[in-house]
Amino acid sequence: MSAIAEPPSSIHAPVPDSAVGQIASRAMIDASTRLPVLLFFGAALFWLLAGSLFGFVASWKLHSPLFLADWSWLTFGRIRSAHLNAMAYGWASQAAIGVGIWLMARLCRAPLKSAPVLMIATGLWNLGVAIGISGILAGDSQSIEWLEFPAYATPLLFLAYGLIAIWAVIMFASRQVGHVYVSQWYLLAAFFWFPWLYGTANILIQGIGVNGVALGAVNWWFGHNVLGLWFTPIGLAAAYYFIPKVIGRPVHSYYLSALGFWSLALFYSWNGMHHLIGGPFPVWLVTASIVASIMMTIPVVTTAINHHMTMRGHFHMLGLSPTLRFVVFGAMSYTVVSLQGVSMAFRSWNKLTHFTHYTVAHAHLGLYAFFTMIMFGSMYYIVPRLTQCEWRSPRLIKLHFWLSAYGIIAMFGVLSIAGLAQGAWLNDPQIEFIKTVQVTIPYLMARSLSGVALTGAHFIFAIHFGLMLLRLGRTGPEPTYFENKRHDGGAVEGGQ
Amino acid sequence: MNSMPRLFVGIFVVFIFAWVGLVATPYLQLGNMQPEVDPDTGAQLPPVPSGLAAHGSKVYASMGCVYCHSQQVRPEEAGADLARGWGARRTVPRDYIREKPVYLGTMRTGPDLTNIGARQPSANWHYQHLYNPQMVRGSIMPPFRFLFENRKIVGEPSPEALEIPGVAVVPGYEIVPTQDARALVAYLLSLNRNYSLKEAPVD
Repeated sequence: MSAIAEPPSSIHAPVPDSAVGQIASRAMIDASTRLPVLLFFGAALFWLLAGSLFGFVASWKLHSPLFLADWSWLTFGRIRSAHLNAMAYGWASQAAIGVGIWLMARLCRAPLKSAPVLMIATGLWNLGVAIGISGILAGDSQSIEWLEFPAYATPLLFLAYGLIAIWAVIMFASRQVGHVYVSQWYLLAAFFWFPWLYGTANILIQGIGVNGVALGAVNWWFGHNVLGLWFTPIGLAAAYYFIPKVIGRPVHSYYLSALGFWSLALFYSWNGMHHLIGGPFPVWLVTASIVASIMMTIPVVTTAINHHMTMRGHFHMLGLSPTLRFVVFGAMSYTVVSLQGVSMAFRSWNKLTHFTHYTVAHAHLGLYAFFTMIMFGSMYYIVPRLTQCEWRSPRLIKLHFWLSAYGIIAMFGVLSIAGLAQGAWLNDPQIEFIKTVQVTIPYLMARSLSGVALTGAHFIFAIHFGLMLLRLGRTGPEPTYFENKRHDGGAVEGGQ
Repeated sequence: MNSMPRLFVGIFVVFIFAWVGLVATPYLQLGNMQPEVDPDTGAQLPPVPSGLAAHGSKVYASMGCVYCHSQQVRPEEAGADLARGWGARRTVPRDYIREKPVYLGTMRTGPDLTNIGARQPSANWHYQHLYNPQMVRGSIMPPFRFLFENRKIVGEPSPEALEIPGVAVVPGYEIVPTQDARALVAYLLSLNRNYSLKEAPVD
């Protein structure tokens, strides 16, 4: 960690300049990313809508099992996997790639080259996701959580991702000399980690043919690292960029940023086996992951302090900037979901929550309240800079935010309660098993309703995005804020 | 951290470190485990599944059963699995050496199936239950009617024709399991890990 010994650069904030020439070059850099980034965003939103519908069908089936029961391709076990994969690989990954590309170009202060390569990657990626999801619905799922895509779909994704990773390295190498901002560490790491993870897991499973409980270890090493080493770093890269950017002040501490990054890399990568507590595994293996999970407190608290101190005195701006509101909601959720994850790794608490909807609630808090909300916020910032018009309606943005925020809080709440009830009764052998099913049903119904709210939010956002693509946004000197005024003499930098 | 090689070495090293710990080491420790052979009879434990059961395992994967049913019995201190009668002993790595994929599961919307073949040994019950899971009152398991054929009786009725409690069959028609249903039931009946292993004896 010699890096920490390095003196903190005076340049903490991303692109802190204000000179006219630099604004012009920034506009040029933004313009160079237009096609690939909008393609990734558009495709991501398509899968977000598809994944929402899959999720709704799966959720409804869980309390009404006769719903759409006569088609094998819609059976719960398939539509649930279609939902997860559409969200993870269709929506979240492509939103991550789009935001990642844009951030990379901006932070390297160099226009994006080889846009066609990235667009080929979009095509390959979406072909892979479409084939993979069709394969699951047709019955070819590998039945390994997070790795359901059949063997004939995964090489397409790997190839697409390979192109993106190579592009990222070339982009990074061609950056303008100067300080490397914290977001860039996260981006570079994530762009490397994901293809390694995905390639290694698929080669081990399909090529080498790992079987038995060793396959379970590969499964959860991958499954947890998709969150820890792919979605989380991209989400944090965006939070580290947009929070200082919108409020117009530097990140609180360089040292905390570095500590947060390296401790996350070191500990998160060891987390996966906490999904196997109590299972048929050597004790050392599960214990190693429990220890690493508890150590996650360090990067999480570090990052939380860093973001909080950056925001201090500027919380009123949450009422103004859509980007800030979504991103800060996401960053706060990151703290909550991570500390909850730490608690769930303790054997005592895990005994109650394992095998229940509590874990499902936790997963949605991570992938939605943290990651997806940060992606929404980032897209609210990026898209106007690519389409040259501003978001049409602050009302639609507000509606999107509240449906998403209340929807996910409700989903998390009802699933958590359902899971705790289910877990408590599962652990009591005097209680008939079917009671552990019955107790969850009212909560599962409420979850379906919360899913309707989220789906509504997604359609609103997709329509708003569509209007932007058609250049039907507002034209005007100012970006779209929640309130039509600027605070404190123009402290909002978002409009540049 | 302004130098790319240094940054790269760092992110590479942490990745490999965890990979060695969580992937390579368990694979070396557990990946080549052999079945236990009875010195007198030469029988292998865990037993080799029949071809039909092996096909049924694929149907189990295809239908996504693992998303609601686990196949692991935890020791007494880790949960009520044993007390619920889900197994005679906890399961150990050797129980799974023939399995790919391995259906350990992370969710118990439905009961654990580690030993379902021992707990519910009737093939007929499984057929009826797959066709109409709501024969268990309050169950939210989806029906798998599409694994059965509702066909007109031509000549003699099939000996495999099912009687499904609570389901009226149209006169002149019969409900028979498809090959997939037969395989799936053969697989479920093969799920019995109550045999005694050296590292996990059944008292």
